[in-house]
Amino acid sequence: MPEKIDYDSKIPNNVSLADDRRLQRALEGWQPKFMNWWAEMGPTLETHGVYLRTAVSVGRDGWAHFDHVNVPDYRWGIFLAERDPDRTIAFGEHKGEPAWQQVPGEYRADLQRLIVIQGDTEPASVEQQKLLGLSAPSLYDLRNLFQVNVEEGRHLWAMVYLLHAYFGREGREEAEGLLHRNSGSPDTPRILGAFNEETADWLAFYMFTYFTDRDGKYQLGTLKESAFDPLSRTCEFMLKEEAHHMFVGTTGVDRVVQRSAELIREHDTMDIAAHGGIPLDLIQKYINFHYTVSLDLFGSETSTNAANYYTAGLKGRWMEPRRKDDHQLTDDSAELRRPREDGTWETDELQKILLLNLDLRGEYIADCQTGVKRWNRILEDAGISFRLALPHPGFNRQVGINSGHHITPDGTIVDEQTWQDGQKHWLPSSEDFAFVRSLMHPVYERGKIASWVAPPRQGINGKPFDYEYVYL
Amino acid sequence: MTKVSFDRDPGSYRHWHLRIEPPVAWLELDVDENGGLVEGYELKLNSYDLGVDIELYDAVQRLRFEHPEVGAVIITSAKDKVFCAGANIRMLAASSHEWKVNFCKFTNETRNGIEDATANSGQTYLAAVNGSCAGGGYELALACEKILLVDDNSSTVALPEVPLLGVLPGTGGLTRVTDKRRVRKDRADVFATRPDGVKGKTAVDWRLVDELVPRQEFREVVAARAREIAARTSRPADAQGIQLAPLERTETDDEIRYPNVTAKLGNGLVEITVRGPESDDWFLQMTRELDDLILRLRTNEPELGTWVIRTEGDPQAVLEHERRVLGGGDWLSSELAHYYKRTLKRLDVTSRSLIALIEPGSCFAGMLLELALACDRQYMLDGPPIDDEDSEERASMLLSEANFGAFPMGNGLSRLESRFYGESDHLDWLKRERDHPLDASEAVELGLVTDAPDDIDWEDEVRIALEGRAALSPDALTGMEANHRFVGPETIETKIFGRLTAWQNWIFTRPNASGPEGALRRYGTGQKASFDRRRV
Repeated sequence: MPEKIDYDSKIPNNVSLADDRRLQRALEGWQPKFMNWWAEMGPTLETHGVYLRTAVSVGRDGWAHFDHVNVPDYRWGIFLAERDPDRTIAFGEHKGEPAWQQVPGEYRADLQRLIVIQGDTEPASVEQQKLLGLSAPSLYDLRNLFQVNVEEGRHLWAMVYLLHAYFGREGREEAEGLLHRNSGSPDTPRILGAFNEETADWLAFYMFTYFTDRDGKYQLGTLKESAFDPLSRTCEFMLKEEAHHMFVGTTGVDRVVQRSAELIREHDTMDIAAHGGIPLDLIQKYINFHYTVSLDLFGSETSTNAANYYTAGLKGRWMEPRRKDDHQLTDDSAELRRPREDGTWETDELQKILLLNLDLRGEYIADCQTGVKRWNRILEDAGISFRLALPHPGFNRQVGINSGHHITPDGTIVDEQTWQDGQKHWLPSSEDFAFVRSLMHPVYERGKIASWVAPPRQGINGKPFDYEYVYL
Repeated sequence: MTKVSFDRDPGSYRHWHLRIEPPVAWLELDVDENGGLVEGYELKLNSYDLGVDIELYDAVQRLRFEHPEVGAVIITSAKDKVFCAGANIRMLAASSHEWKVNFCKFTNETRNGIEDATANSGQTYLAAVNGSCAGGGYELALACEKILLVDDNSSTVALPEVPLLGVLPGTGGLTRVTDKRRVRKDRADVFATRPDGVKGKTAVDWRLVDELVPRQEFREVVAARAREIAARTSRPADAQGIQLAPLERTETDDEIRYPNVTAKLGNGLVEITVRGPESDDWFLQMTRELDDLILRLRTNEPELGTWVIRTEGDPQAVLEHERRVLGGGDWLSSELAHYYKRTLKRLDVTSRSLIALIEPGSCFAGMLLELALACDRQYMLDGPPIDDEDSEERASMLLSEANFGAFPMGNGLSRLESRFYGESDHLDWLKRERDHPLDASEAVELGLVTDAPDDIDWEDEVRIALEGRAALSPDALTGMEANHRFVGPETIETKIFGRLTAWQNWIFTRPNASGPEGALRRYGTGQKASFDRRRV
């Protein structure tokens, strides 16, 4: 008799994995491949235990458990938010019908595609952040990096669970494909452009977790509205973890700005590079870059795919149930600003349903703005007049109506030469990257931190900053 | 309506880059989004309209005549991540029915021309699918001999017409999948009903593509395959090509005139006259002019439903040209014969009533007799010319070797075999009557004409025949003519033109596709099509 595997302890879950032979079989095939992928593409730095949060249930209290864990032994679980048996579809042509517990044949291909694209982004960021552990500014930050990484890994599991449980053999093949595409690979890159960019330094990591993971929040938010209930519930739970990633980004940039402000005050100069700090205009360039690359993730401003997904009930709007309209959007219109060849902006009126990506992007931009406000308050409190800002949404875009135009951060449409000349003032140059990299020396001593970033105000789970978050 | 010209040259292409690296040619699709032939749509994602396809036709044609040194042609995309999204849907949705059908027909003919070059010209086509490839984009790949697909774990081939648009792949996609690539019918069914297509190993296993190539090595592997294939070509590497100069054409409201072909337009008719040889390069010039005329009339004159075809000139001179070309044995002779074959095929699939008038002074001999045989009816004047009753001149026609297989139809048969399908004795008899002039009574006896009225009845008979024709339903005529013209066996080509396009045309006019709530109309609005569920 082979030993019976205790699935519930090995893979914490609330999907009755122990009773689901089909799902067990699928995961048994997939799990070793995932572990190989993690060994090859996951964090380079080896540790002897990281103080990690592990999701163990979905209830309001005590959903997570904190302890030192050997990273490869982290229990990537499968959790769906609790089911609301009365849930109905909130939008599109199936509005008012009960939410689907199974994939309708008609929408199988579209749903699979949405899940694969979402799934593809999750492990990508682990790959992008592979080397960061080697230059962590503190044990606290190192711990956060691993926390983000294992949870992105778990989010991959979440999507893989859906593919395994609901999409048959093809779903299993797609689940494997998620491990075969790799960030930045010249042969098999990740599906979306932003996930093939490098995350080369810790400032980029904070920016990524602030801007790019925030895109993830909004994408998950629209999938949470899906008529396909398992997808909806999965995303709802993922959003809970995603919040921490954005916390890492928000407070990370906070702490860089804080430290820069301190150095500016201390040395009475904006040029703090020589004093081991990151100048504010360089922080602005990083914002410009990461923000615009993340805007590209929202896709084209007008999108018939998004409209089709909406009508079909596959993907809703942010906070769909709170919107006060007919949730069909075929009779409403909205405005779209587009750049013209002559250097002016024109406003088109279009059916609202064709502008769903723009709608979501609008929500996202408003959210991003709150972080900028927060960082500027630090500057204000320090009596520094410099202000950080989000660039115009037309700036530096590769996707949508602004791509192919040259638009400055303040929204002026200029010729190519002017744009090329301005680029070094607006976006990080190779010298800028080299400078930031020169600051990235690992600090692995308890309670110590690198020169360019301030310590956090609080530790994790009530622990102090100088707690030994990582055993090296 | 937009008046369409088919004049193109590589220097003015908006959508294709043609690069010659002997023995290989690269044809890269790089559609200019704002370069649509008609206002009102953007050609996103390398999607195409008639204008894009006219350039492709021009390129395929020039490669055959101007570049004997080319043995393999690579069709690929110059855009990143997308090969071709197929026919532009907004263009289709906004087009009139006859525009859609005409577009499909021309596109089909170009695809067949690509296969013809591969089969007969030593110019083998390879599709280098370097990104997503859907609908007409995959049909373009299917027209190629080999399909190489980039192995990046996300690029797919797809025929999403049925699930997304409620129509069929209109340029032979379904037929080529099953008949040419021999994809099993159940897999073909799965493939053609899934909107997202098939990628990677499955695409190879199902025979939808031939080979997967890693992304980084893509161009090198494609070029290497093309060179291997080109090495087997029969084309002479050192021969000089023939430049296809711009056509000489003058156009007025009621006439299109070329040096060797004239068309008079009016009264619901087109009267076409093809003149016999007057110069050494007559064969190619006349063929190009006829080809151009057929395309222009089909596209720009949809209401001129009957074409009357005459010839004028010396029958012996026609035969001399024919012997030179068919007996030439070199690559250029072969190209000329195949080009004329394709032009006759264009006539065969033209949805116009075709009537040949064989009169004194005409030269329906050998290859030009094929024009009369392509017609639905042939009338031969049995008597002197109408305007000169004292003349000794009489109409005659002349069979030659060329009428017995040199210019096969899409069904693989000669026009005589099609006319006398299953009557081999009759064909033997006709063979014995080769190479000498046949007068009206002989032509009647041999079954080569529909009727041979004398000079007294001629004008009335012809008028009544034409007026009678004009009174009939054009749709019924289109269907009837296409039935009668293609007897006997099916080929991939006849299936595509006969079955597939007939179904497609029917589906195009159904409310489920073209109605206000149809899939084609609703596409891109974010609203779903509403189908009448009754099966017809």
